[in-house]
Amino acid sequence: MTSLFEYAPAPESRSIVDIRPSYGLFIDGEFVDGTGTPLKTVNPATEEVLSEVATAHEDDVDRAVRAARRAFVKTWGPMRPADRGKYLFRIARLLQERAREFAVLETLDNGKPIRESRDVDVPLAAAHFFYHAGWADKLEHAGLGPAPRPLGVAGQVIPWNFPLLMLAWKVAPALATGNTVVLKPAETTPLTALLFAEICQQADLPPGVVNIVTGAGETGRAVISHPDVDKVAFTGSTEVGRSIARAVAGTEKRLTLELGGKAANIVFDDAPIDQAVEGIVRGIFFNQGHVCCAGSRLLVQESVHDDVVASLQRRIGTLRVGDPMDKNTDLGAINSAEQLARIRELTAFGETEGATCWQPDGDLPDRGFWFKPTVFTDVSPAHRIARDEVFGPVLSVMTFRTPDEAVAKANNTTYGLSAGIWSEKGSRILKVTDQLRAGVVWANTFNEFDPTSPFGGYKQSGYGREGGRQGLAAYLRSDS
Amino acid sequence: MSDRLTVRKTYKLYLGGAFPRSESGRTYEVHDAKGHFLANAAWASRKDGRDAVVAARSAFGKWSGATAYNRGQVLYRVAEVMEGRAAQFTEEVAAGEGLSAAKARAAVDAAIDRWVWYAGWTDKLAAVLGSTNPVAGPYFGFSVPEPTGVVAVLAPQRSSLLGLVSVLAPVLAAGNTAVVVSSKERPLPAITLGEVLATSDVPGGVVNLLTGDAAEIGPWLAEHADVDAIDLAGAPAPLAMELERSAAGTIKRVLRAPAEEPDWTADPGLSRLRPFLETKSVWHPIGV
Repeated sequence: MTSLFEYAPAPESRSIVDIRPSYGLFIDGEFVDGTGTPLKTVNPATEEVLSEVATAHEDDVDRAVRAARRAFVKTWGPMRPADRGKYLFRIARLLQERAREFAVLETLDNGKPIRESRDVDVPLAAAHFFYHAGWADKLEHAGLGPAPRPLGVAGQVIPWNFPLLMLAWKVAPALATGNTVVLKPAETTPLTALLFAEICQQADLPPGVVNIVTGAGETGRAVISHPDVDKVAFTGSTEVGRSIARAVAGTEKRLTLELGGKAANIVFDDAPIDQAVEGIVRGIFFNQGHVCCAGSRLLVQESVHDDVVASLQRRIGTLRVGDPMDKNTDLGAINSAEQLARIRELTAFGETEGATCWQPDGDLPDRGFWFKPTVFTDVSPAHRIARDEVFGPVLSVMTFRTPDEAVAKANNTTYGLSAGIWSEKGSRILKVTDQLRAGVVWANTFNEFDPTSPFGGYKQSGYGREGGRQGLAAYLRSDS
Repeated sequence: MSDRLTVRKTYKLYLGGAFPRSESGRTYEVHDAKGHFLANAAWASRKDGRDAVVAARSAFGKWSGATAYNRGQVLYRVAEVMEGRAAQFTEEVAAGEGLSAAKARAAVDAAIDRWVWYAGWTDKLAAVLGSTNPVAGPYFGFSVPEPTGVVAVLAPQRSSLLGLVSVLAPVLAAGNTAVVVSSKERPLPAITLGEVLATSDVPGGVVNLLTGDAAEIGPWLAEHADVDAIDLAGAPAPLAMELERSAAGTIKRVLRAPAEEPDWTADPGLSRLRPFLETKSVWHPIGV
């Protein structure tokens, strides 16, 4: 297929972004040195070192929390709500103005295709600020009583798969509700958060309202266990989520967790197959499958299984894996050597446990971290690739005969973040939706996000919601 | 006063819609506020706890799948049946909590009214907590509140009826099923409440009432993989922290307890409903 239509390379220019050789922590409105050993952040597509970034020790985190507390008490807390909203509108606009810069930087630091960072991550991040800006002076209408109050200082820890977007999901609702934040970006993807710090400066956001402390797990632990943090918000693995829930047990801290998933994507025999195949691809290969809500378990009605798998393989054969900066690229680089090792380990289990592995032909770049889009058929629900979150471009295909069986198989997981349904029949979509134990259900689409739509998990995929009116509750004390 | 010898009640557990003794065969003495013997209560074991979780899980589909109107009527029926038993509850509360008859009656009345209040919530939660979401695309987006699942409830230790109803009714109104560990020293109203539930069209297994020690059964419930949430109302501080920590292992929703048992007559608002509801956001296609 690819030989029929060879594409000329169409690389996005990186000249728009000026990456500094080193970055400090962003505390109290200024960049300052961290006391930890600086970490190097690399471009996963080339293994080139992009920059050196400070790491925050406990003392640095303490400084950040104190700055956030001061801002909460002196500026941000007492500020007129309408003015808080205006700052958020400013931030939304600044993100839009510098969107291309953010997109390029995100792709360089994360490895995701420029098409995705440009069309999804950055516009959605701006949309989150725009949406929450409007809430700032309307909180008494949010259904949380006549005078909901902010909690204080929020400690937020975010993952590497959507670095800027996850920052927006955390920071926008926290600020709109009158809280101040100390945010820790992921150790492999700190750069867009640090560029966001510049946006805060350009917006004249009062010092201390947003503080960004970079570092690895130890820095995150210091943030969530700091005694003057009132609220902890975490997005990441279920394993780390458990340890955070343990750490805040017995304290007054409020906690929300957005954790792993193993979503079922259910294709009924009346589904439009071509449309479904596009959706399956989007569900599992979007962002290299580094998506907590990825549609990693494909459940296909038995009668259309062979057709769906054949179309899917044909479509995957046309996907372009390679330079994330190329505007034609569909799958970029795996974010880190560590994640690549985990994907390899779990897919190896797939083969030893008896599933059939399929990958398209084609070469991968010599340098960087890469994994081909992968489809497992003959998967049993007991296989590890059907149970464990791979967090990579790996799809497990299983079959079902009746809607009841589809629902039972879809719900047969400790996770409950998302699910997909493909059918032409609206009443069937709504019936199955009702029976699925998952926080987000997409019908005839997948991996759609919107700031107005609350997002979060059932079961061990976490608790609390982000986005929508419901998401505000995580950052407010309510009388009702 | 007649000289008739009264027929005393054997207090057993309420589990899966039946009234079994503890599988352990254990009982413990329950005394009134002055220390006089009232009854032997079943002393529930870890295995009773496990059986209760199984019963609650199997009842979840039917209860959560019932219409909101139906659930509301069933909860209202609980209030109706309790009203007819008010004298018995008053006697048990007065004895167990050391209250005057008038004060005990006030607590019973408040407990009955609390069922009525929550009965009226079942078919309003979706309107109040749900939403339509104006997403930027060709989808009808909406979010609905749904019950969390099986909720373990450690009932308050002091307020043996009003406190118990105040923590149990919201769990049911939201569509969850419950495994309740009663007040240890004051367990009798819980079992009488079980008799009310058994005759109020509440399906068997929706509520399972265990009398005994929260410190003994609580840790098993906090750890249990088939329990989705835990209400720590009746757990003293050191135990509460331990339970919250072990609940983290399965990412349970935890409703913490205040340091002091609250005034249960206060308006609870949505504070005991929200923790046991999930939000499901749906994207339904438009036009394609």
